[in-house]
Amino acid sequence: MVRAVGLSKVYGEDESLVRAVDEVDLEVPAGQTLAVIGASGCGKSTLLQLLGGLDRPSYGQVWLGGRRIDQVGERALARLRRKAIGFVFQAYHLMDELTAAENVQLPALLAGVSPRTARRRAMELLDRVGLGDRARRLPAELSGGQRQRVAVARALVNEPMVVFADEPTGNLDSAATHEILRLFADLRARGQTLVLVTHDERVAATADRVVSMRDGMVTSDTGHHPGGRPLGTLLSWEG
Amino acid sequence: MLALLVKEPSHGYDLRRRLSNALGPVGETLNAGQIYVTLTRLERAGLVVQEREDDPTRGPRRKVYALTPPGRDRVVEWLAESAGTKPDVAEFHLKLVAAAVSGLADPRALVAGQRQELMRSLGQVQRAALEQAPESEPWVLLEGVALRMQADLRWLDVCERVWSARVGRAER
Repeated sequence: MVRAVGLSKVYGEDESLVRAVDEVDLEVPAGQTLAVIGASGCGKSTLLQLLGGLDRPSYGQVWLGGRRIDQVGERALARLRRKAIGFVFQAYHLMDELTAAENVQLPALLAGVSPRTARRRAMELLDRVGLGDRARRLPAELSGGQRQRVAVARALVNEPMVVFADEPTGNLDSAATHEILRLFADLRARGQTLVLVTHDERVAATADRVVSMRDGMVTSDTGHHPGGRPLGTLLSWEG
Repeated sequence: MLALLVKEPSHGYDLRRRLSNALGPVGETLNAGQIYVTLTRLERAGLVVQEREDDPTRGPRRKVYALTPPGRDRVVEWLAESAGTKPDVAEFHLKLVAAAVSGLADPRALVAGQRQELMRSLGQVQRAALEQAPESEPWVLLEGVALRMQADLRWLDVCERVWSARVGRAER
């Protein structure tokens, strides 16, 4: 579903050359969740922006749903971002003067969906994220976790091929993080492809696949096996 | 200790110095007596033998300890052993030092293997935690386990960075 080949982003030149993303190869099959983990400045957010068509690579390729997107024109890319890609950001990026429902509807309206259909989809999604009774609230009247759930609903409103989430739990306490991770698990169960970037190992570990980045490069790659050890053997205090 | 003998036979004194270098203040309680007691035990187990030093650069010929073939096998086995999900920090650290000194394993590969195992186990713990009501008793317990695993993963990041730089320098 999402594929990167030799993907690179460099800034500056000669001695001041910075390789923010350095020859990254990745493949996220449809329906899978990939987590990219690393310290701040490791290039993981830049990688996400390249994959999501928010930024152009210096070289290398980005494929989305079988189509190469790193060379398409600006307008086609903007259309793709609206319809095929959902974004979730650390700071929610909701419009303060719009209600939860209006925030969710907005990308659908921009994509040319009828107001009636947009309204219906927004209500369905708010129900799904457990905020059906908060649809008329403004973001300021919602908790951080609730705002992020509105942002997730908004990311889903155009039924995107893939959802990209940049530090989606970065501003949340552990209970709200739990709710967002549960929501992601629910999306995954529905076959949604998801790529998330985080510095939190506990968030990353819930993905099907975890890649670590350092200095723009992928340094390790862990796939999860189904099953695993009996939990009791992981819990004892002593080795 | 065995692993430090892979490269070359050594005096007990050298072994102690090498261990002290690797452990720093954590190894302060290590005394010479313990080193010799351990060496004697390893000798009885047939893992090391005492030899006369071949050709001392100065001073009298002293006794050096050398690895036997079973001793070498034991080192290879130890390096390949997984530290599991609750690594003993000092032991894993010594394993990386020993791997680098002996050349029997790549410390970066040991770190990567340990990282994968911990990340998988953390995934299992987190998935179990997501099944629980937040702030319930089982959730609190799983949160504790996850936080400990997270701390170990962060330390492995440090190991990965340091040993990549060292191996990189050695290769150049």
